[in-house]
Amino acid sequence: MEKHHVLLIEDEPNIAEAIRFILKRAGWEVSIRSDGAQALSAVEDLRPDVLILDLMLPGLSGIEILSRLRARGDFADLPVLMLTARGQSRDREAAQRAGATAFLSKPFANSELCEMLGRIVAPETTPDA
Amino acid sequence: MARSALTGTRIRERRTALGLKQADLARAVGVSAAYINLIEHNRRRVGDELLDKLARVLGAEPVALAEGAEGALFEGLREAAAGGDAPVSQAELERIEEFVGRFPGWAAVLAARQKRVTELERVLENYSERMAQDPFLLTSLHEVISAVTGLRSTAAILVETEDIEPEWRARFLATIQEESLRLSDTAEALVGYLDAEEQAETGLATPLEQVEAWLEARNWHLTELEAVDPPAHERLIDGVPELASGAARKLALAHIAQVATDARALPLPEMTRALAALGADPAALAARFGVSLGTVFRRLAALPEGVPGLPPLGLVICDASGTLTFRRAAPGFALPRFGAACPLWPLFEALSRPMQPIRALVDMAGRLPQRYLTYAYCQPRAPGGFDGPVLMEAMMLILPPPDTPEIAAGPARPIGSSCRICPRAACAGRREPSIMGEA
Repeated sequence: MEKHHVLLIEDEPNIAEAIRFILKRAGWEVSIRSDGAQALSAVEDLRPDVLILDLMLPGLSGIEILSRLRARGDFADLPVLMLTARGQSRDREAAQRAGATAFLSKPFANSELCEMLGRIVAPETTPDA
Repeated sequence: MARSALTGTRIRERRTALGLKQADLARAVGVSAAYINLIEHNRRRVGDELLDKLARVLGAEPVALAEGAEGALFEGLREAAAGGDAPVSQAELERIEEFVGRFPGWAAVLAARQKRVTELERVLENYSERMAQDPFLLTSLHEVISAVTGLRSTAAILVETEDIEPEWRARFLATIQEESLRLSDTAEALVGYLDAEEQAETGLATPLEQVEAWLEARNWHLTELEAVDPPAHERLIDGVPELASGAARKLALAHIAQVATDARALPLPEMTRALAALGADPAALAARFGVSLGTVFRRLAALPEGVPGLPPLGLVICDASGTLTFRRAAPGFALPRFGAACPLWPLFEALSRPMQPIRALVDMAGRLPQRYLTYAYCQPRAPGGFDGPVLMEAMMLILPPPDTPEIAAGPARPIGSSCRICPRAACAGRREPSIMGEA
């Protein structure tokens, strides 16, 4: 079965590496970009099945990336999981307004990440773990 | 006595620390060496009577052998496990001793960090309402959360992945060490900051801070001075609670005198008309009224809210030493609470280029970087006349950027609040390391 593709935009290298390890083991193909400024072109080039977007990024914030993405017709339905900081309700509200599909608070359980991804991606595109 | 499965491990550690052989210990407590071997490998539970004997020979408290530091260690790890939105599964929790047994040092680091995080979270909760906009706290919190997220995910991978390749294991162990050190550094800086904050709370604010608090309460506008026949300046500060010290009242009177002078030079009705026609362009306004740029800067920062054409703005003024003598923050533009400001502010460039207006777009570093349009200007003051020293004074007006695509996408000077909390690691202007680590 063809692997499905997640694009992770995360500037913390240790978190990105851990997520890559977890998701690869769960059957995903994983691409990573660390700078918000690279995010939009990466989405366009890679056409991922789902996007994991950190809220606080250098270059361009997660909210800004999401707003620009949603403003484009071809990415209006792309599932986007937003990584936010626990307790930062204002950030969540802003992400919700910008069009986030779901949120995950840092720090998170690894199983929670896999479950959340499975939930927001259409069942037929969810990889077999 | 309740005991964990690692009692044998502690007995073994204690015995080897004392330089005893298993046979020596076995003889001393009246069992076989093979039985001691089984106990030390946690394959036999130790009865209370034998535990007492072992403790006596090993010079330890029975409870220390039975529970040891692991009681607190396990509690810390369970707290870490429970820290997420979704609890760690029961099956995973049951393997907690395996994690401690395989990586006791790393488990201790993780538990200690969890304890520290819990303490810091408690402190942060107390401060959050009052200091929700404090850039130092926000960036520190981001650091803590990032480090804890890395620690938690990495530790879980090490525990859950039985067939992990050696190179991945080594890499993740290095990650745990790296994130632990980062957390430790951030925690130390945060505690030091909060200690200083607590001291500041219990002591009197500086005279300048008192004046700022008073002006903030007045929304930076002194309506009385707009009248044709304004009241005596002293009446404006009578009974003002924010101005608690004589020094603060003296500074306030000097400020009032300056605002009154500026208001006479640029009366509110004329300023309102000029702003509507010209916008908040300091050079155009200065030319229209025939006044200095400094007068326009100060006047714009003292107008009432809601004047058409007047955007939300900030103003900072410094003397030749770079010390800020007036601070009105623009929304989102973080002014340093302690220590000196970012040397890349156009304000300081103006100090080295007196009488030359500087206009610069800047990007303020922060959780969400923000762009501003700044106007900076430096002019001399001669309060002692021809015989006194000439004092240089620089000002920087901080405005929202023009709302055009060219400005939004164009280049801007990267700046920060102060080096201590700025994440721009490779900045040429950096004078001290940031507590934020590499950005």
